[in-house]
Amino acid sequence: MAPLLANYFPILVFLVIAGVIAVAMVGGSMLAARQKPYAEKLSAYECGFEAFDDARRRFDVRFYLVSILFIIFDLEVAFLFPWAVSLSSIGLFGFLSMLGFLGVLTVGFIYEWNKGALDWE
Amino acid sequence: MIAALAFYVFAGILLLSAAMVVSARNPVHSVLFLILAFFNAAGLFLLAGAEFLAMILVIVYVGAVAVLFLFVVMMLDIDFAELRGGFQRYLPVGLAVGLVLLIELGIVLGGWKLAPDAAALRFAPNLAGAHNTAQLGRLIYTDYILLFQAAGLVLLVAMIGAIVLTLRERHSALRQDITAQQSRSVRQTMELIDMPIGAGIGGSGTTGIRRPAAPAPAPAAAPAHADHGGH
Repeated sequence: MAPLLANYFPILVFLVIAGVIAVAMVGGSMLAARQKPYAEKLSAYECGFEAFDDARRRFDVRFYLVSILFIIFDLEVAFLFPWAVSLSSIGLFGFLSMLGFLGVLTVGFIYEWNKGALDWE
Repeated sequence: MIAALAFYVFAGILLLSAAMVVSARNPVHSVLFLILAFFNAAGLFLLAGAEFLAMILVIVYVGAVAVLFLFVVMMLDIDFAELRGGFQRYLPVGLAVGLVLLIELGIVLGGWKLAPDAAALRFAPNLAGAHNTAQLGRLIYTDYILLFQAAGLVLLVAMIGAIVLTLRERHSALRQDITAQQSRSVRQTMELIDMPIGAGIGGSGTTGIRRPAAPAPAPAAAPAHADHGGH
């Protein structure tokens, strides 16, 4: 496992650098800057008047539908990566196995297209 | 040494952020801590040698699932203060359910016996010389084809379920109907008129541009044509 982890060592170095920079910036401003906290500094500033409303409200369920469909095709693509890497060694059976999987999802895709789930107004 | 250190850092941050997910007051902060937990779990997978799973965790869970959670939590109109209001009232029931679960877990773990060759089986599909993703690829599509196809069916059910539950018909949506477009004949789109030479279009009894007498269009499409009729 050592050579695998050695490949990721630069990422670890970047993670450490990012953490150090973030802590140094926030900590430095906490230590060096003058602190005069009061409530108005934390309140929402909306062109000088009080905020009417907050951002929480009912929204159209179609946004949710689009993201669910996105996740499903995201997973489908995730299955394609090991298949593509090992295609030379799994032979025709592995190839047809993936075609069956894609066929099942294509049925769903056709259903979704014909139902108009991908249409907006 | 570095790997051991990284393991403890990842595991520690994972446990802390998981605790913050359930205890943070602001639900948006909960979801952000959940994303941090996913990242640290990906780090742990990487340390265990499961390179592909680590990347899939980042792509699918952080990239899609957690963003979906964040989206729903930030947008939905849920009064979280009211949801937490009954904490005192429901505490005894919650504790009782938790106790039952704890006892059941204890019974399960009490009867747990490791198979004698389990330690060897952990590394069983070790195809020498292949990296993690290729090892998975050699097993999923051939040896575990039944589970793989079942996964496809589960995804199909999820897709159809999401559509059935959430889709409403909208007649205002402008959809392309290719069959209707292709089956239109030339006669419906264009009219040829014999004009006497020099008479101009004023002499033919009409003014402006002549359009073919359109056959009654589908009711959904009617408003779209009404704006630019030339009569």
